[in-house]
Amino acid sequence: MTFDISQADQPAMIIDPPHDRILDVKGLDFFYGKTQALFGVDLPVARDKITALIGPSGCGKSTLLRCLNRIYDLYPGQHAEGQILFHGEDVLGTRRAPGGLRDKVQLAVESAPPIDPVEAEGVLRVGGDLARLRARVGMVFQRPTPFPMSIYDNIAFGVKLHRRVSKSQMDEIVEDSLTRAALWDEVKDKLHQSGLGLSGGQQQRLCVARGIAVEPEVLLLDEPASALDPLSTAKLESALVELKDSFSIVIVTHNLQQAARISDYTAFMLLGRLIEFRPSTDAFVAPETEAMRDYVTGRFG
Amino acid sequence: MTLPGNPAPRSMPPRGLLPTRRNDTLFQVVCFSAAMVLMAALFGLILSLAWGGWPAFERFGIGFLFSSEWNPVTDEYGAAGPIVGTLVTAFLSLLLALPLAVGVAIFLVEFCPQRIAHWLAIAVELLAGIPSIVYGMWGLFVLAPWFADHIQLPLLMSVEPGSWLDTLFSGVPNGANIFTASLILAIMILPYMATVFRELLISVPPQMREAAYGIGCTSFEVVGSIMLPYIRRSAVGAVMLGLGRALGETMAVTFIIGNSHGFPKSLFASGSTIASTIANEFTEATGDLHIAALIALGFVLFLITFASIAGARLLLGAERYR
Repeated sequence: MTFDISQADQPAMIIDPPHDRILDVKGLDFFYGKTQALFGVDLPVARDKITALIGPSGCGKSTLLRCLNRIYDLYPGQHAEGQILFHGEDVLGTRRAPGGLRDKVQLAVESAPPIDPVEAEGVLRVGGDLARLRARVGMVFQRPTPFPMSIYDNIAFGVKLHRRVSKSQMDEIVEDSLTRAALWDEVKDKLHQSGLGLSGGQQQRLCVARGIAVEPEVLLLDEPASALDPLSTAKLESALVELKDSFSIVIVTHNLQQAARISDYTAFMLLGRLIEFRPSTDAFVAPETEAMRDYVTGRFG
Repeated sequence: MTLPGNPAPRSMPPRGLLPTRRNDTLFQVVCFSAAMVLMAALFGLILSLAWGGWPAFERFGIGFLFSSEWNPVTDEYGAAGPIVGTLVTAFLSLLLALPLAVGVAIFLVEFCPQRIAHWLAIAVELLAGIPSIVYGMWGLFVLAPWFADHIQLPLLMSVEPGSWLDTLFSGVPNGANIFTASLILAIMILPYMATVFRELLISVPPQMREAAYGIGCTSFEVVGSIMLPYIRRSAVGAVMLGLGRALGETMAVTFIIGNSHGFPKSLFASGSTIASTIANEFTEATGDLHIAALIALGFVLFLITFASIAGARLLLGAERYR
């Protein structure tokens, strides 16, 4: 069946939203140049839970994810309006890292009011800049992106950006994050070989390890398993489930079974709008909206 | 025409299809010949250089490379002066141009607003398009006098006589010396290197940049720790391109290097390069041995260029299999 666009004009159906929210998206509009890609999206992100974003291609899931740590900022012409609250501060008002000419030019145009830096323990750098926001809201991408350096350095690099740690502490952090990403046993004997020599699934888990080594509070994952074989996917999923004790995770996925298996909350998006948000336990059994029902039963998209 | 192993097309091809081999053989032969012409030109060049320079090599032996005595009157020829001059100017110009080229490229790719980047890139290409004779003229009439008055003389005055700095800066203060030649060379190779570096930086996958920014890198950390290491292998190619041009550049250097034979005695002393020596003397060379010595110089220049390219290949190969 084809989707009737009028269905998207209904207000979002939000059922049993979590009370303990680490991120709270309110009325988010997003623009690629003049093209609007998100329309008034509200999304509560529960603390220490997994929130899955599902929906057909082009519905704005990845765009929404890319707003949460403002990675879209790398591209001139993209901008967001609305509110994304993180510890009570609006992420969209976060000051840019000082220094970049492009940043300064844009800052002058936007004249966004500076927001007081959010304090966090152990973070050395001062200033509520974007680099710091991204240290606290980490991201893992669709394609594995190991940095051109050794496995050990891939992890140590991110840690060194934000903390001063001794060699022995660093060894511990590397082992700990690799273990939590379910990769330690496979790489412990070749920590000083290039990260590019690993298989795709291992590379992706390395990227997860790199992300959690920085100890963000939120971990954003953009279809992390779409380039992986089923075995690697299973390992990645079990790693994620382990991780949610200490991280709040938002995951974009095309794989409905995956969303059902690992997530606590599910958000269904369509045409740049959030259609339905509810606990995952019943999201796949009894969706409220016709659109989501059609999607999860495979009748379109 | 039919070739062995290529059965003649049937008089009637299968319905609706043309014969499969059409002109493929002809196409392959044409491409093969093109490649062969190139190889023939290369080997012809090497052979004629070796042949033409042979009398000089025969007469002076290995000493041709190590003697700095170059005297057409007594028919004594040693190439050490121009060889060292070539290597020093090429190396110095790389040293000056490399940081600038990398800086320009990083600015264009990472920080510069799109519209300005477009015009800057055009300006860089224009710089590459200026004929070398114009650089030479500018060097001789503008840069050299200015350099002599504002840098060379003050430096000479301020250093202690007899100290190592005095040795480094000594020379006739007319601005025509090894250093100004290197400076001109640096300006000439800068646009090539900057353009290649820019393209390399653009070729870094956007996911790599995003991943680096995504764990909280600043621009400096993204460029310095992720992007530059990512392109380092291809970057050697950009450097070699610049080096090759610096080694062989003739007119601009001939204008400004001072053209004195023998070993360059200091940074601000006049000297010569292989290319400038050949350009200066070929029209006036009368003795057979003189001509042979100049051709032999050309042969040496070819070897140096070849060695730098081979060295780069070796470096790249070692990197690839690590």
